[in-house]
Amino acid sequence: MNSIFFTPFANNEFMRLALFASVLVAITCAIAGTFVVLRGLAFVGDALAHGVLPGIATALLLGVSGIIGAGVGAVVMLSGVSLITRRYRLSSDTAIGLLFVGMLALGVIITSRSTSFVGDLTRILFGELLGVSKLDLVWQSAALLIVFAVAVIARRPFLLMSVDEGLARTSGFNVSIFQNLLLAMVGLTVVASFQTVGTLLVLGMLVAPAATGALFARRISTMMLVASLIGCFASYAGLLISYHFDLAAGASIVLVAVVIFALSAVAAEIRRSRRNRHDEIPHQHEHSHSVRP
Amino acid sequence: MTNTPEFSILAERLGVGYGRQIVVDNIEFTTSPGALVVLIGTNGSGKSTLLKTLAGMITPVSGRVTVLGSEPGKSPRRVAYLPQHPVSSHTLPLRARDVVAMGRFAHLGLFGRESAIDREILQSSLERTGAIEFADKPLRDLSGGQQQRTHLAQVLTRRAEILLLDEPTAGLDITGRQATAKIIAQERGHGVTVVLATHELSEAKDADLVILLAQRVVAVGTPDAALRDEYLRECFGFTQPH
Repeated sequence: MNSIFFTPFANNEFMRLALFASVLVAITCAIAGTFVVLRGLAFVGDALAHGVLPGIATALLLGVSGIIGAGVGAVVMLSGVSLITRRYRLSSDTAIGLLFVGMLALGVIITSRSTSFVGDLTRILFGELLGVSKLDLVWQSAALLIVFAVAVIARRPFLLMSVDEGLARTSGFNVSIFQNLLLAMVGLTVVASFQTVGTLLVLGMLVAPAATGALFARRISTMMLVASLIGCFASYAGLLISYHFDLAAGASIVLVAVVIFALSAVAAEIRRSRRNRHDEIPHQHEHSHSVRP
Repeated sequence: MTNTPEFSILAERLGVGYGRQIVVDNIEFTTSPGALVVLIGTNGSGKSTLLKTLAGMITPVSGRVTVLGSEPGKSPRRVAYLPQHPVSSHTLPLRARDVVAMGRFAHLGLFGRESAIDREILQSSLERTGAIEFADKPLRDLSGGQQQRTHLAQVLTRRAEILLLDEPTAGLDITGRQATAKIIAQERGHGVTVVLATHELSEAKDADLVILLAQRVVAVGTPDAALRDEYLRECFGFTQPH
């Protein structure tokens, strides 16, 4: 039995590195994803994940690190959203939608210029978890530390903004600065995660574990902890499934995280209906007593 | 209490609105510490716009306004604002207690550590509003009235010198309304200025100043002077029984 669950990691260094990398990504995504879910920024996360594509493609074309290209892509995307919403008084989802398709189209055009990009494009979109190096782990650890530090320092304004932006503003916090900080945190998470799960699947790791945490948690810290644990479990289970059934590693991890969310949502619904039924019974009892003479 | 000016709020030919669009123009009034100012009008009359301006959430379109001697929004620790429909998102995993504790964030800033005094203030606000009964329940599981009490407790936790309350009794039953009126009276007793927006004429009876709004200032004065039938007819289209 042990051979199924542990041998793949004990015998293969690439599996151990993949597990470390995906756990780092899972925790980073859980922290950033908690605020993505609370602030309703899933669309921004999705747009960022696609928006980095032309940056990565250009970097590969120039022979520069994909992470640098992704970082530049994220900065361009976020600056563009900020500029369009401020200058042209368009809603942020319109600005995000415009830049999202624009950047995606640009990324596809750049990659389509060279046939050698076909393999790279697949790697960018779906990640290359089993090819993670020790240097990648260093990058991801640094990203996790930065995201964690930002979340700790800015927890109060982030929390207030999650409840009501006006509340954050009247409490003396500059909403514009902290909104940009939050977006930068999400951007860093996307950039740090794309090599592991790919740009298309990073949104799944940002949203699914945090959304599962939101179903059950009564506190933000608990939601973050639950999201981290679910992300770590999804990483382990996804890697095992991909190893034994020869499936794509990144996609397997994200699918496990989404399935956990689906099962949790059903469990939460059952719990809610049981509680409602339990609450109704005493009322009916009370009512039956009250009509008696 | 630092920097105590003569008036807690001073408005001169104040025009409030969004961007360049004026909702209400030529608002003139002053208030002293401990005063109750009641803004009365129908939906869209400009009550909330005026409160948001005083809170520093939107900039005045014209005229001049000072809150505790400075521009609105410059004294977040001294001014607390309760919005009309506080957000109670279903995704927010927060207990009522956590929402109330957020009222101290203006004082704590980014790095301040919660002290015994902060916890004492939190407990006192929960008890005064009755939110202590459901303090450990998730906000999303509370009724509309319970959520309203939670948000009122949060405003009290600010320990501000000015409370800007936008329809704080909406969704409350008669007991809740009476409890809110009692809290407002207690706050005024401590020298806190309260600006209250409401549809309810009965909530204006103890006011020092009533401002009747209908996208313009219909009347300003004591309850007897401002709530006269001709003004009410102009404001609501009919007179209401006092």
